[in-house]
Amino acid sequence: MSENPIFDRIRTDLESNDVVLYMKGTPMFPQCGFSAAVVEVLTRLGVKFKGVNVLDDDDVREGIKAFADWPTLPQLYIKGEFVGGCDIVREMFESGELQKLLADKGVATA
Amino acid sequence: MAMDALEIERLIKAALPDAVVEITDLAGDGDHYSAKVVSAAFAGVSRVKQHQMVYAALQGRVGGELHALALQTSAPA
Repeated sequence: MSENPIFDRIRTDLESNDVVLYMKGTPMFPQCGFSAAVVEVLTRLGVKFKGVNVLDDDDVREGIKAFADWPTLPQLYIKGEFVGGCDIVREMFESGELQKLLADKGVATA
Repeated sequence: MAMDALEIERLIKAALPDAVVEITDLAGDGDHYSAKVVSAAFAGVSRVKQHQMVYAALQGRVGGELHALALQTSAPA
């Protein structure tokens, strides 16, 4: 079975950025409440991240779902590892697990 | 395409028979739900995997006919 060619692009993004958020809209102008919620968490933590707007590219929009075996957006990745969608990120932020994960992975927060 | 809350519960319980499922219709439009799912099958399983188990139970509907399903999963205390 040949692999989805979009996976290579996703991997390149994940390798060159510590924190990547696949989202609807941009960090400045999220176009979905769930994406906005994750942007807000990352902003409050002062984490630098790359936002990938899946609305710009249908291949990425579908590809990222297959990549993580996860049917919805947003999707947060830290150091190449899929962390979760909006619910998980919020839960982890509230419990302090997200802060711990970022610290353990050596990602700077404010 | 909207989906009935009872149908969501039925599908989750078909895959996770012991699950205690609590569904809330968030917007009243049959398209935005939140679900709390408690099942012993989640014990020792990562959150990502827990959610994937619920998504699998819903057989591809999440992200499709079911636009949004806010999920909270846990093992029984």
